[in-house]
This record gives sequence, C-alpha cells and structure tokens, in this order.
Amino acid sequence: MPMKEAVSCISTYSADTFGVCSALFELGGMIVIHDPSGCNSTYTTHDEPRWYDTDSLIFISGLTETDAVLGNEEKLADDVLTAAADFSPAFIVLLCTPVPLMMGTDFAAIGRLIEAQAGIPVFAAPTNSMDTYDAGASWAFELLAKYMVKTPAEALRTGFCCTWQPEFASCGSVVSQGQEKKTIGVNVIGLTPLDFAVNGSDLSIREFLEGCGCTVISSWAMGSTLAEIEQAAAADVNLVVSYSGLAAAKELQRRFGTPYVVGVPLGRSLQGGIAMDIRMAAAAKQNRYTCAKRVGSAEEDIVIIGESVYAASLAAALSHEYGCGVRVFCPLKTADGILTGRDRVVASEGELKALLAGVRTVIADPLYQPLCPAGTRFIPLGHEAFSGRLYQESIPNLIDHFDTFARKVTERKDTYGAE
Amino acid sequence: MLKQINGREDTSGACVLIGRAAFPEPFYDGLQYSPPARGTWNIVHTAMLVPESHQIYICALGCLRGVVLTAAEMGAMNRFSSIAIEDHELYDGTMEDTIVQAVGEIIDNLPAMPSMFFLYPSCVHHFMGCDMEALCGRLRQIYSQARFVLCWMDPIRRQSGLTAELRTRRQLYSLLQRQEIDRQSVNIVGSNLPIQADCELAGLIENNGLTLRQLPCCRTYGEYEQMGASFLNIGQEPLAKICLDDMEKRLGQKSLYLSNSFDCDEIRRNLWAAADVLTVARPDYTEAAAACEAAFAETRASVGAMPVAIDYAAVSRPFSLAKALLRHGFNVRRIYVDVCCAEDQDDFAWIQNHYPALELYATRHAKMRRMDRHTAEPVLAIGQKAAYFTGTCHFVDMAEGGGLRDFAGLRRLLQWMVQAREQEKEAKAYISIKGWGCPSCQ
Repeated sequence: MPMKEAVSCISTYSADTFGVCSALFELGGMIVIHDPSGCNSTYTTHDEPRWYDTDSLIFISGLTETDAVLGNEEKLADDVLTAAADFSPAFIVLLCTPVPLMMGTDFAAIGRLIEAQAGIPVFAAPTNSMDTYDAGASWAFELLAKYMVKTPAEALRTGFCCTWQPEFASCGSVVSQGQEKKTIGVNVIGLTPLDFAVNGSDLSIREFLEGCGCTVISSWAMGSTLAEIEQAAAADVNLVVSYSGLAAAKELQRRFGTPYVVGVPLGRSLQGGIAMDIRMAAAAKQNRYTCAKRVGSAEEDIVIIGESVYAASLAAALSHEYGCGVRVFCPLKTADGILTGRDRVVASEGELKALLAGVRTVIADPLYQPLCPAGTRFIPLGHEAFSGRLYQESIPNLIDHFDTFARKVTERKDTYGAE
Repeated sequence: MLKQINGREDTSGACVLIGRAAFPEPFYDGLQYSPPARGTWNIVHTAMLVPESHQIYICALGCLRGVVLTAAEMGAMNRFSSIAIEDHELYDGTMEDTIVQAVGEIIDNLPAMPSMFFLYPSCVHHFMGCDMEALCGRLRQIYSQARFVLCWMDPIRRQSGLTAELRTRRQLYSLLQRQEIDRQSVNIVGSNLPIQADCELAGLIENNGLTLRQLPCCRTYGEYEQMGASFLNIGQEPLAKICLDDMEKRLGQKSLYLSNSFDCDEIRRNLWAAADVLTVARPDYTEAAAACEAAFAETRASVGAMPVAIDYAAVSRPFSLAKALLRHGFNVRRIYVDVCCAEDQDDFAWIQNHYPALELYATRHAKMRRMDRHTAEPVLAIGQKAAYFTGTCHFVDMAEGGGLRDFAGLRRLLQWMVQAREQEKEAKAYISIKGWGCPSCQ
C-alpha cells in the first residue's frame, strides 16, 4: 500500500493556510499566519498571482522558538493590534500552523482579546498547514456565508446598492414587496486563482450568467468587494464552481433557503445544462449537481486529474459534446454528488501512479506527467494549486475556450491509433 | 526628500534616519510582510549545488510548497522528493517510523541511487523531540549504499540556534573526507555564486599555479569530493564562517576569511592577507586601485546627483558599499535592511557620523506593504528590493553579491550602475525570478 506521505517526484498541493488567504485576498481584511517564516513568501511567490499589483494585507507573525516555548502569545496579540491600528482592516483572520498547533495556542481567546481592543471582527481559522488548500478556502467562504452576509432585512437597512449593477435593487430577495423580479440573482462561489488562475475565467463566468438572463450578485471571491458579498442573500441561486464553495452554499441555504447548482460552465452543452439547472433550482428550490451529469461511453480512455468540481465539469463537457469517455481521479477533497461512480478519489502519489497504468490519455497539470507510463498521451492543463506560477501563463480560460482545448483532446484521440 | 509626503503615509517604525538608528537592528520585528523581490537564494537552490545530490523535505504542506516549487522552477524535480507530514503524526508516536518508511518508498521509486541525500526535517520535529541523528543512523543501516546528510528547515530557530541557511552551508561540505592535502589547490567555500573569473583573488590563486575549486563550479560528485584535498578554504561572506570552522576541524584545512568589502584599502589588505597565506609575493595593486578611482569618477559623471538606494540582499555589506559611494560623491539616500551585518558596523558608524540623514528602510516591516513606491525623482537602485520599493526602472539587478569581489568586482558594479542609469527596465519581469544567478533559474 503506497504511503500518503511519500512524494517522490511530483509537486504537492497548496496548503489550507494559503486557501484561506486566496479566498479572502480581495476583501479588505488582514490575515496573519502565526508562523516563524517562509509561509508569506511561499504564498505570495507561488500561489498568489495578485500579490505584486493588488493591495492586500497578508502577514506572518514571525514566531520564534523562545516565544513558542514560553507561550508568549502577547506578542502576537500586540503585533496584530498595532497593525490593525495602522491599517484599519475590515476583519482579521488568524491562521494556525504546525508549531502553534503543537503548543495548543488558543487562537479563539487571542482573537476575542484583539477584537475587544480593536473593535474589528477577528476570526480564528482551524488551519494546520498540513491540509490542502481546498479545506482552507472552504472554511473562508463558509465564514463569509455565516458572518458576513447580511440578512435581507439588514441589507435593506444598510441601503447598499451596487453601482455596477443597476438592476440589483430589483433582482433578488432584497426586493421590496410588490416589485417584480426581472432576472435570477446568482452568487458565484468558489473562485480563487488557485483553481481558476487569473486568466479571465472569473469574468467569463459572470458574462455567461448574464448572457443567460441572470444577474450576478457577488463573486466569491474574485471581482467582488466585501460590501457586495454582504448582499449575497439577495441571490436566488448560488453557483458553486469548486469544492471550496460548497460549504458556503450549504450555509447560505441553511440561512436563507437559497438553492445551489454545482458546476463550471465549460462548453455549450454544459453551459446550457447549468443555465437550465439554475432556472430549475430557483423555481423548485432544489440543488442541482450539473457537473455530475456525464454521458456514458463504452470506451473510457481519458482520465482527468484535478479539483473535483472543475474536473467533473470538464469530463461532463467532453462527454456531452465529443462523446468522450472520461473519468476523474481526484487527489483533493470532494463531496457526494460531484463525482460519478467511475471516478476515483486518490490518496497518494503511489496509488495514482498505479491507477494510471494502462490509461491512454491523461489531462492534468504538467507536474503530474512523471507519473504517467511511457506512451501515455499527456495533455497539460495547468492548475495553480499544484504547480503554482510555473505554468500560469498557459492555463487556458476554458469557459471561453473550451472548444479549442477539446479539439486538442479529441483530434489527437481520433488519430491515436496512427500515432 | 526622495519620498513624497502625501499626508496619508506614516513611515514611523519602518523608516528611520541612520543618525537615529540602532545597530544592528534598527527596526522592531513585528508582523512581517514579504515583498515580491525573489532573487535571493533559498536552501533548495543552495543544496542543489552539490552534484548528483537529492533532497528530501519532511514537513507540512505549507512549508513544502515553497521548496517543492523552487525545485520545479529549477527543472530539478528529479532531484527532489518530499514527505508530507500529517497532524496525527505529531502526537501518536509514528513520526520516525513514517519517515523511515517514506524515505524507503522514495528510494524505491528513484531510477538510480543518488550520490547523497540531504534530509530536511522541520520546526515541528524539534518540538516533538525527534532524534533525527538516530533516524539517520537507521537509514544508513537499511540503505548502506546511500549517504544521508541531516539538514533542517527550521525557521522557528532562526534566533536561537543555527539558521537553516547556516546549517545548509555547513552541511554542503560535510561529506568531504579528510584526505592527503594538496598544496596546489584552494577552495572558495560558503558562497552560492562563483567568484568572477577576472577578480584579483582568482588571479592571485591561478596566476601562481594553484587550482581554484568552488562548489558552484563542480559538475560531478567526483569534483565535489576533490574539494576535500585543498589546503586552504577561503570564505567571503558571513554565512561562510561556519563552513571554514567546520572544515578546519574535520579536514585539517586552513581557513581564511576575506570580508567582501567595497573599500579599496580593505580590498588591498584582504588580497595581501591571501598572498601571505598562499606564500606568494604580494602583488602591487596600485594600478587596480587607480582603475577603480577612475571608474568611480566615470560612474559619478554618468549618474550625477541621481538618488541611489541599496538593499541588503544585493550585497552582504550594504553599508560598506554605501560608504564607498558616498565618499566618491554619489547621492546615496536609502538603504533597505532589516538587520545589519556585524562586519558593517564601522561603515554604519561612519555614515551615521557623516550622513545622518540617510534613510534606513525595513523590507519586511508590515508597513512596507503600503509604503509609497513612487519617488519624486528617479532613483538608481542597487538590488531587487530597492528596485521594488522605489518603483524605479533604473536598477542594478543583482543578489547574493553577484559573484563580485575585489577591485574588479567594484569596477563591474560601477559599470552596472552606468548601465542601469542609461537603460530602463521593468522591475517585475526581473525580480520575480527566484535564485538570481542560479544557472537553472535564468
């Protein structure tokens, strides 16, 4: 049985701490990783393409051995308070890493202390830097859903109106009685550069939704301000575009009864399916897992390795439009309803290598290629959560350019026998 | 003033006039920011210098991320493996066994046995009390044909023991064996970059019929092993001192530390010290020094009164460089430094006395995140961090000392300043690349 821990020749996924940072990057908060050194530069070098040009407050505490051993948590609190006074962030998030985890650092108590003195909401993330990024991003989006999204009554009281979206006031649940809804309000949840790069995919999803008669209330969390996300209760449906967005969608459903649809709008057929499911979800208040609707194929010779919602959506799109038989091997977290029975959740490099034996075509991040047997057709599809910035320039926006990518898959498939 | 005062920016705590600054730590070390200037080397780059070696990191995903992707960006994933620890291993007593088994699985998956393994456990292993020496012993018993070198990636101990960088530099040479001393060969140790071929120290060694050996120039493990025979090790930056001490004790090699100064007199003294240890005649460096003075004048004429900013990652002694430039009429206005190098103390004091209004800026202080990166007049920056923080298009792109030393190095740097003055370049494209000067990072 291959060990989960041993990684001989491939990359490892981004960590939960960085998932939190990525999800909250654009929202005006201050995130402090309680860590000795290195986390900040690692995240901002490899996992955060917005760091150079976009303002965001992400710091490390610079924990030392002495402070850890002596339990000097006052320094963390004092330093965060000082920075909070300097920057006046909208909220503060404290992230745990392995050493504070071992020391039993009471982040919740430190958070309460800081919150009481700074008058700024403070949240303690249950990260440990040993889990994958999707766990952290999921926690962060759920945090927004629990604590930041205002009830419709609160939203009306604050009088927020999206200047970029004149229809907002009449589109969703924040509608005065007697007014008629014109469009379906949608939140897009689960967008981070770790899964979608900075290649226009976020804007393409927005355009797709607007093109099928929806109004985007908020986009979690690329391209929306915290103020916009606070109004998310106005949506009729939440579109979950990665596993990271699912917990938040469930929380919004718990709080406001908003149903959700799971899938990334790749290719005309799946886009049509998602558009229809959004309408059906809004009407019936039922959740839809569009990404799992794959057309069966006798010959399943393509494997996609990647994030579950994205990979399942790509598999669905290829099956619907090109009749491809596609399976997903998911090395990350997933949830019931996203993958199909033929897909696999894989736990280790060794297991994945064994599973890939005999597979004819693999679509995956280029850093997975060493695991493929000689003769496997390998179609690179960069994933920042795996390879960081290494291939970021060549990660395609498949919402707009699915056909180009699919041709690469299918044309080569057609000629495979002659290769 | 270089910096525009817009009424919103509060630089207190992150900027101080040198006249009021404390040596060696001018700034309080609170929350830390990471500026996107990436040219400095990390321990992965450094350990890759040993030919045919293989690195295994044992740590949390968050810690692994930076080192894995450093190796990936170097195109060196075939020389890199990792063991991603899980939280239960912190508590349930399985950590050591897991490591031994995982190393075994990694070895089984490698196409051939590397010449050596660098093992990098991390901060948590200290706190768990893992006996990593004993663990290495177990590995050596199981894999008797393999060599294991214990390093650490443990930034938690950066103020309470050897830093990861220091230990790595020492351990790089730890597999060298005591052997018959070769009076004809000399090592430069402890540096990531080779010294420039035309510097006076290289000339002093090679013109006297001696062989110069440097780790960055070793292409095979055999070449690396030959470094154990050299009669003399020369170090030139603070991180090299631990190598000198260790190699003198273990291998019986002589040590010579020649601080990489920008002062012509100190350069001459250093070179003569080297000549004495090499037992060769002291060359007359009058001409070389005069050439430097001419280069200073020429560069000063080109740069004029343009403000100059220097950072600590460009050169190991930024205050020595600043002093040399100030004495030759340059308008040095800023130095970006978090902690000053002990070797720079006299130069720091000299600047404090003669130019007390020179500004020291932190690079990692939290306030630097929102510091105004525009200056009222264009700045000539030496180093990537200085380039980033001043927002200039005129900068000398260098890190790790650039391999420069002696009179020739000084002249080369002055040439680069002229080029930076004359040619604009967009900083982002240059400074985002990790490992300046690392052959596989270009």
